[in-house]
Amino acid sequence: MKSMADLQAIRENTRLQLNLRHESPDNISIKVGLATCGINAGAREVLNTIVEEAEKRKLENVTITAMGCIGLCQNEPIVEVQFPGQDKVTYVDMTPEKAVRVIEEHIVNNKAVDEYTIGAN
Amino acid sequence: MYRSNVLVCGGTGCTSSNSGEIIKALEREIKAKGLEKEVEVIKTGCFGLCALGPIMIVYPEGSFYSMVKVEDIPEIVEEHLLKGRIVTRLLYQETVDGDNIKSLNDTPFYAKQQRTALRNCGVINPECIDEYIAMDGYKALEKVLTSMTPEQVIDEIKASGLRGRGGGGFPTGLKWSFAAAQQADQKYVCCNADEGDPGAFMDRSILEGDPHTVLEAMAIAGYAIGSTQGYIYVRAEYPIAVERLRIAINQAHEYGLLGNNIFGTDFSFDVQLRLGAGAFVCGEETALMTSIEGNRGEPRPRPPFPAVKGLFQKPTILNNVETYANICQIILKGADWFNSVGTEKSKGTKVFALGGKIAHTGLVEVPMGTTLREIVDEIGGGVPNGKKFKAAQTGGPSGGCIPAEHFDVPIDYDNLISIGSMMGSGGLIVMDETTCMVDIAKFFLEFTVDESCGKCTPCRIGTKRLLEMLEKITSGNGTMEDLDKMEKLCYYIKENALCGLGQTAPNPVLSTLHFFRDEYVAHVKDKKCPAGVCKKLLQYSVVEDKCRGCTACARVCPVGAISGKVKEPHKIDATKCIKCGACMEKCKFGAIVKG
Repeated sequence: MKSMADLQAIRENTRLQLNLRHESPDNISIKVGLATCGINAGAREVLNTIVEEAEKRKLENVTITAMGCIGLCQNEPIVEVQFPGQDKVTYVDMTPEKAVRVIEEHIVNNKAVDEYTIGAN
Repeated sequence: MYRSNVLVCGGTGCTSSNSGEIIKALEREIKAKGLEKEVEVIKTGCFGLCALGPIMIVYPEGSFYSMVKVEDIPEIVEEHLLKGRIVTRLLYQETVDGDNIKSLNDTPFYAKQQRTALRNCGVINPECIDEYIAMDGYKALEKVLTSMTPEQVIDEIKASGLRGRGGGGFPTGLKWSFAAAQQADQKYVCCNADEGDPGAFMDRSILEGDPHTVLEAMAIAGYAIGSTQGYIYVRAEYPIAVERLRIAINQAHEYGLLGNNIFGTDFSFDVQLRLGAGAFVCGEETALMTSIEGNRGEPRPRPPFPAVKGLFQKPTILNNVETYANICQIILKGADWFNSVGTEKSKGTKVFALGGKIAHTGLVEVPMGTTLREIVDEIGGGVPNGKKFKAAQTGGPSGGCIPAEHFDVPIDYDNLISIGSMMGSGGLIVMDETTCMVDIAKFFLEFTVDESCGKCTPCRIGTKRLLEMLEKITSGNGTMEDLDKMEKLCYYIKENALCGLGQTAPNPVLSTLHFFRDEYVAHVKDKKCPAGVCKKLLQYSVVEDKCRGCTACARVCPVGAISGKVKEPHKIDATKCIKCGACMEKCKFGAIVKG
């Protein structure tokens, strides 16, 4: 038999998954280039790391989507981060390790990791 | 955690258009691409846009794919799920605006809807109790059991202004208070899921899409009136709904949300299913209870009312599925939230099942007081094929037809009654100029005659006589006197039938007689059916000037009724013609007319 506390725990754990199922225009958008060029350069691993990291930190305010090729195939994997109402920040040549840092510094602490951005290269 | 959810409708509508195969194909393709840890496929309840099924939504993008075919699945998986490129070509085109993809909530079908009873339908997996719990499921029961007295629960429901969604519109809180006031060793909570009106499928969709909300609301009702046992009476013709209810009841037992000492309190409540064998009369409350008791489903006289002497002679409340679907939201969000929506005497929202001559056949939920025009033209996409709206039928066999002149009446319980129809369970059948109103009245009377249980004479014999008169009129043998006789008989049946079904059975005749009397007169006096439906009054003929003698009609006629030489005007032999209309469809020159 479940107690009220048990139900609350189920609620919190399942809600993160259900958050996917409605449109949230106020969320921070994280897009990962997942066309052939991206997949070849390791974008799948980058995307999965971002999803895992968001789950670990229980981030309810991010929407993580895959996107097609934006034309900079030599710089894949590419990750775009956009806070609502702000310009997007484009990260290039990403790796899972770099992605973890972006989540921690940019998403959680709202400070872009300049050295990974497209302008830094 | 999954990065993407693919929601596929598993309601009856989409299941019949093969959504089961789509789910299998999706799972196969997703596995083939190694995405099974990233993308989850969820079978949900009804999204509402049944006309465009099978329906599939991919989140987080919210891409709405309609009329999906099994052949499309590899492309959607490869392009969208693997590579992040939405397959625009296969999207619901109302959401595509040039290069932009609009949110589903901005499309005409969804923009005016407000989903309370259907809030979880098409959002959660109805076979997963955790998902229901995550949408604040069983929180209302928790609130009621830990912080409210039964009186407070009833007061809250009373204050909300909620009225029964099954047809009658009786105030739900009042009903509960009558049963609560009775002293008895046992009381019962029943749910009427014997949805039988032709064209109504909202209860089925709620049970298929969100079964736990009904269980939770029944437990709340049990607490409010002092009952420990509930029964759901559901049609056996709803196999998916029955299956999901079974799963839901088992899950709720496992979690201790049904059974003894719920949440460790001294409140116990259980729910059992009873399957109806398909008799329309068993949707009538006293017949329903008689059927649960194991007897032949026949109504019994009231009073005594069920709240005093109901199921097994004990105090009983009986509410409809949609009524229950509103309860938990009222408890969680408060009576004031609920009664801020709707009209003065009809609060909240109402689910309508749109059917007939309308572009978007499906399920919609709108605030009470929405006009027929908004529902039919804006949400429903209007009457297709450039035809003109003629009438809308609401309330099933107990309701009536609303003509175009009442297109702007705000729809609520009282307005519908004042224009000779009723809310009923919410079936809304749209008719265009090709519908014959006498024929419609005949259709509903045929239904009532079939379904009359036979216990009382006014219904058993009265509806049969009514039907005979309608048949006389549609075959061209009616007299003006018949019209008056019919009207008289209608009132006689209304006043003398035993149960609600008999008392309302003449409504389709009365309302069409009232609003479309000229059509009846045309059948009687001119021996013509203006809509060209009643076959016995139809005659097909060739317009000689237009006929080129191509012989196409003669070749398509199944009974050889058309003759004529090549390049000369043809003739139809009326004695052989079976009025199938095949010749008229085939003629390229508009040379064949009916009338």
